[in-house]
Amino acid sequence: MFSSFGGGMHPPEHKSATKDLKFINLAIPHSCYLSLQQHAGAPAKPVVSKGDTISEGQRIGIAQGFVSAHVHSSIPGKVADVADILTIYGTRQAVIVETEGAFTASAHPSQPVDWESLAGGEITERINDAGIVDLGGAAFPTLVKLSPSAEKRIDTLIINGTEWEPYLTTDDMLMKTYPDAVIEGCRITMKALGVASAIIGVEDNKRDSYKALSKSLAAMNPPENISIKKLKTKYPQGAEKQLISSLLRREFPSGSLPGDTGGIVQNVGTVYAIREAVVFGRPLIMRHITVSGGAIARPGNYKVRIGMRISDIVDECGGFKRQPAKIVMGGPMCGISVHSMDIPVVKGTSGVLFLTGEEVSFRDYSPCIRCGKCVTVCPVGLLPCDLGNAVEKERLDIAAGLNPFDCIMCGSCSYVCPAKRPLSHFFKIAQEKIQVVRE
Amino acid sequence: MTDKKDMLHVSYPPHMQSGESIPGVMWSVVGALAPACAFAVYLFGPPVLVLIIVSVISAVTAEASMQFLLKRPVTAYDGSAAVTGLLLAMNVPPLAPVWMVALGSFFAVIIVKQLFGGLGFNIFNPALAGRAFLMASWPLAMTTKWYSFSAGNVLSPDIGNSFGFPPAAFDALTRATPLSLLKEGQKLLADNNVAADRLYDLVTSPAMLKSLFLGNVGGVAGETSALLLLAGALFLLFRRIITWHIPVAFIGTVALSTAVYYYTAAVPCFYLMALFHCLSGGLFLGAFFMATDVVTSPVSAKGMIAFGAGCGLITSVIRLWGGYPEGVAYSILIMNAFVPLIDRFTRPRVFGTRVSARTAGVER
Repeated sequence: MFSSFGGGMHPPEHKSATKDLKFINLAIPHSCYLSLQQHAGAPAKPVVSKGDTISEGQRIGIAQGFVSAHVHSSIPGKVADVADILTIYGTRQAVIVETEGAFTASAHPSQPVDWESLAGGEITERINDAGIVDLGGAAFPTLVKLSPSAEKRIDTLIINGTEWEPYLTTDDMLMKTYPDAVIEGCRITMKALGVASAIIGVEDNKRDSYKALSKSLAAMNPPENISIKKLKTKYPQGAEKQLISSLLRREFPSGSLPGDTGGIVQNVGTVYAIREAVVFGRPLIMRHITVSGGAIARPGNYKVRIGMRISDIVDECGGFKRQPAKIVMGGPMCGISVHSMDIPVVKGTSGVLFLTGEEVSFRDYSPCIRCGKCVTVCPVGLLPCDLGNAVEKERLDIAAGLNPFDCIMCGSCSYVCPAKRPLSHFFKIAQEKIQVVRE
Repeated sequence: MTDKKDMLHVSYPPHMQSGESIPGVMWSVVGALAPACAFAVYLFGPPVLVLIIVSVISAVTAEASMQFLLKRPVTAYDGSAAVTGLLLAMNVPPLAPVWMVALGSFFAVIIVKQLFGGLGFNIFNPALAGRAFLMASWPLAMTTKWYSFSAGNVLSPDIGNSFGFPPAAFDALTRATPLSLLKEGQKLLADNNVAADRLYDLVTSPAMLKSLFLGNVGGVAGETSALLLLAGALFLLFRRIITWHIPVAFIGTVALSTAVYYYTAAVPCFYLMALFHCLSGGLFLGAFFMATDVVTSPVSAKGMIAFGAGCGLITSVIRLWGGYPEGVAYSILIMNAFVPLIDRFTRPRVFGTRVSARTAGVER
């Protein structure tokens, strides 16, 4: 039996277009738009100004406070401007760099560091210096996750290899292509956390990844206790709470943080970046993304420079073969739709989807028919139908009694609703309105 | 690169949705009921077809007119009114007058559905409320317009005669339905000095059970064939439009409570009597197609089981002790009223809340 959680559903995967396509480096864009906020928390403070000449990988923004992350230049060149640009997080201050000069960092890789001789603190220091955030989508600064307070008693590191969103195939390809690096990244992260065991969870639709990782693990035979577990393919298997529940059979107490269960979750892309940072001293200036959807001419798994704009990606991927109706950064279930192709890739961008009118739903919603499908699929055990009705009637008192803050925003309820009601959006509205009332 | 702003849509996630829609759900229900309807037309003749057509057209017309008058978006073709009309036609005797079923449809859609707020807001199952309205207004038409079977049917007089019953008594009874046979038969047998046990022998005879399952018996237009109703229900289960919870709890409770009743009444074939109760009357139609009406049933699995069990219990009580031979329709209507209460006490457990109740220090 594969491990799994309660609730959930099975949206079509749409992964076949890119599932077997090897990583290709996309050409370096003429200019990069590097937002100073590419992470959850406080934006970084710019340390370069207009006209400065900077090198590849140079730090251009310094983290502000604990929940923040440094930002580095993904290309060498000249700072064209430090100005507000549109990002997926809203209008944010950004450093705009025009490509110029030599690619010193990628052309001359530094000598690998023997990470096993480093202390745990030195490892987290290198992770912090590289500006690493959670690459799975939430972009939570990794340093924060790796610095749990002592009373949390973290005992297990969980590597999230589920890639649960439809369309996306980056993590899958990463596990298939670099299984050794993923396992080494896992070991480095274990050392940084000081835990003795780790579980890599892979959904059972990624058999090749599972095989590649198992083979690597057997060949490397690391001293740490690392296991690879198959998980049932079910949405939202990779959501942090559900993944911990599936693998450790532990439930988060409602309202608490993941670490309270003794498990810490890191995405495979993140541990790959951790290894790059700790072993090679490479800051997070590139990432792997999936470009897919029915509108793009050449879908695939690509390695891109952070700060590359959507329009540059479209040009590099052969343009549109059909008119896109929606452009989504991230997966189709939790990603953000954008109205401008000037928006750049940030650290948390796991994919860019160019969806045609047939791939997205535009139907208007109608009143709830109380079919209960949302209740069946909700992985948290909420009543999305009742909450939606309460929000529509502006009855915040009723909404507050329906545990709106336990919603993980997976969107399963909205997906299955036959009346096409935007139920997870109603949860968001309830959360925001109740927050305002409380303050 | 040109700005494609005008052509791109922006919305909250998720950006994909299932293909399921309200018309998809409703027309699937119509499709699932179609075999049983077709069989009813075959069994009882063209009057049933007229009944169905009039009922459906009345319901859809009433829905469209009401939505127009109430200035609501007109969604009369989403199939929900058609389901109401179809179910109502299946819930009246096959020879019922056509004007009556049209009035029932109007009542169901106008009063029970639209005046309560339209699809999603009605408290009671419109078709069943329509049936109850007809039952209260024209009881004679609702209980006597049964189809007279010719020789060879389990409800034809000659079969009754072969069990040694006085023909005079059974001429009247056998024109009715198996459940009314059971209800009124005992008294008639006692009047004619025949042992009441003979009645149990008749209703649990292989011929009777087989007829009930295949559908060769009297009853309202749509309830006769358990087999075809089951086929339609399997389709709905497969399409995930209904779940097993309500039908299993409903039919299971009827089976269990009638078995217990006949066991304590020292009827030797009590389990066959339970089977007779399951297959007869409107139980399959009610349990699979009407108690499962999404609008008027609970939303959680636990709630559905409680709802189904409640329906089963009330059905059994009406059938065994009540004045009517059949109780499915009233049991569902009564339980409809309990849905808000059931929903309130059967909320699913929120992930992590049991843990928080046990471990100290986590504030809720």
